[in-house]
Amino acid sequence: MEMKLKDVLREKKPAILKRWFDVILETYPAETADFLKGQKDRFTGPVGYTIYEGIDALIDGLIEEMPLEKASPFLDSIIRIRAVQDFSPSQAVAFIFQLKRIIREELMDEAHGTLYAGALSAFESKIDALALVSFDIYMKCREKIYELKANEARNMTFRLLQRANQLYGIQEQGPNVETTNLK
Amino acid sequence: MAKVPKPEELSKIDYKPSKKRWMDTPVEFKEGMFCHGTRAKYLETVGFPNPREWSSKDEDWKLPENWKEIVLEAIKERLGKYRSFRLFMDICVRCGACADKCQFFLGTGDPRNMPVLRAELMRSVYRRYFTAPGKIMGRLAGGRELTYDVLKEWWYYFYQCSECRRCSVFCPYGIDQAEITMIGREILNLLGLNTDWIAGPVANCYAKGNHLGLEPHTIKSNIEFMLDDIETITGIRIEPTFNRKGAEILFVTPSGDLFGDPGTYTCMGYLMLFHELGLDYTWSTYASEGGNFGFFTSMEMAKRLNAKIYAEAKRLGVKWILGGECGHMWRVINQYMDTWNGPADFLEVPVSPITGSRFDNARATRMVHVAEFTADLIKQGKLKLDPTRNDHLKVTFHDSCNTARGMGIFEEPRYIIKNVCNHFYEMPEDTIREKTFCCGSGAGLNAGENMELRMRGGFPRANAVNYVHQRYGVNMLANICAIDRAALPTLMDYWVPGVKVTGVHELVANALVMKGEKERTQDLRLEPLPGKEGAENV
Repeated sequence: MEMKLKDVLREKKPAILKRWFDVILETYPAETADFLKGQKDRFTGPVGYTIYEGIDALIDGLIEEMPLEKASPFLDSIIRIRAVQDFSPSQAVAFIFQLKRIIREELMDEAHGTLYAGALSAFESKIDALALVSFDIYMKCREKIYELKANEARNMTFRLLQRANQLYGIQEQGPNVETTNLK
Repeated sequence: MAKVPKPEELSKIDYKPSKKRWMDTPVEFKEGMFCHGTRAKYLETVGFPNPREWSSKDEDWKLPENWKEIVLEAIKERLGKYRSFRLFMDICVRCGACADKCQFFLGTGDPRNMPVLRAELMRSVYRRYFTAPGKIMGRLAGGRELTYDVLKEWWYYFYQCSECRRCSVFCPYGIDQAEITMIGREILNLLGLNTDWIAGPVANCYAKGNHLGLEPHTIKSNIEFMLDDIETITGIRIEPTFNRKGAEILFVTPSGDLFGDPGTYTCMGYLMLFHELGLDYTWSTYASEGGNFGFFTSMEMAKRLNAKIYAEAKRLGVKWILGGECGHMWRVINQYMDTWNGPADFLEVPVSPITGSRFDNARATRMVHVAEFTADLIKQGKLKLDPTRNDHLKVTFHDSCNTARGMGIFEEPRYIIKNVCNHFYEMPEDTIREKTFCCGSGAGLNAGENMELRMRGGFPRANAVNYVHQRYGVNMLANICAIDRAALPTLMDYWVPGVKVTGVHELVANALVMKGEKERTQDLRLEPLPGKEGAENV
């Protein structure tokens, strides 16, 4: 990335972070968004906190050209929440794409957009890469939910099956089925 | 060329939620947020109204024609019967202190999960039909008509509350939302509106003595299965008794401990501890359930199920009752039992036969929590313990809502854990003791079909576990509740992989040095003890 774009983004980071956070909060009902905005405590306001900390780290990561695998845990923490909330798959990950618009608008304000057209396009490709990773994370979370449901159903009968198998084992070894207590 | 929509336009499908007031927004049933409706056979077993086959997803819930009359009459009756209910309907000043204290609101972001609004679902109807301003001015006075949609909203949201009472800790008036939810559910039950996950265990417990519907021979063989494992681990063959008349103590635990891991390991813990003490106790295959899903149905049903424990204690002629690690079982015992089924004067005030300690706190109910019992044993130096056997574990403790807020058991389990484990770490202060976050699955919400609800409601708890997991390497989440043991493994698997779940008495039994035991190489899960990896178990 050209040094100049990087510098401008560093300078604009607080504004970008605030706008990105607000845009994400708008996806929640109005009363909820107010609460989320005020949720700065890690433990008593975990959703607002996790989203804010996550996007903060993601912006830094993009500007400082952090490898994708290092950015991915921050993305995971946000999407893991949105994957079980009232969002369709597209809604759950749309916030990544919105960063592009926010950054463009922030740069346009000061007529920087045209100056950094080349560098910006490369920067946006990195956002696209994040978006792709976010699909993977979202799918992993949803698959996990179904896996958990299946596991719970299986665990409920595990002891029963274990015992049945034990009985079956005896039956297999013994020559006469009548001697087992299966009858 | 066709106009290509921009990303923000694409994602604008239902992008921003409705700005309408909640009263004008009809409830929308979302997958993963609610349970299946009750099957008719379960309601028939306990003689509950309106048994029929129905689905919570159907338009028509097959209600009796006079459903509205039934609901209003039921509210009226309860306003007269419970002074608390009338107060809770009248005194809220909407200060908002409770709003962000509910883990279901924190996790779902749905305003109707704010305790104030969950109560308002019923309060609005109360105002319209039972207060003068509401009768005259209706909506202007905060009242609203009782409609089919309102009823569905009640069902949807009263079954999204785990009756954990965290909000009541922060309410300046002490309004107990759990009581409002309980009355809401009780009224819904008059129309046959329950969930299958709750009504099934209720019917099983009523007919067979426990939620899982285990019959006496199954209970016995399940325990024998555990005894085999105990023998493998310790070389000791334990021989507990069942339904033995004249035993000093009746032991009752949630049936989840008999059947599902990791509850079964906790149950092995009880068996080993009681054997080592030479306790004169008996299991019952009839009062074989400490939990009480009736409590998530109606006061009457809870009373009927609770009575079975005391009837069995009387039949067997025991002196007192010892209860296993459970959550809501203890809220029922501690806060309701004496009113419903007391006085238990045919029993004695519990005295530990090992230490001579008298449990005066249990003089009304004559029932002692096993955590109190064991903490006393350790305090009096009656147990030989080797905590290094738990050295592979970094443990934190989750206060179960009911034992914490409903009973004030904070210190005993911590005292036990610190004596049987060398590595214990507390979660942050705002998330433990009386401010503990719910597992998200209490009050009958631990079904499979509402998994998203459970994951959202449990997120604040998981978030705090994640903190100690990352900071201290915590890998074991201890608790004293059977629903926790059933629900938290799933919650951990989603939010904090790498953290397992245990009952406190599993940790006790791992550390317990028993008379005549062989050198232990395995823990209760048949996994190698620290330093014994690769050792032959002979």
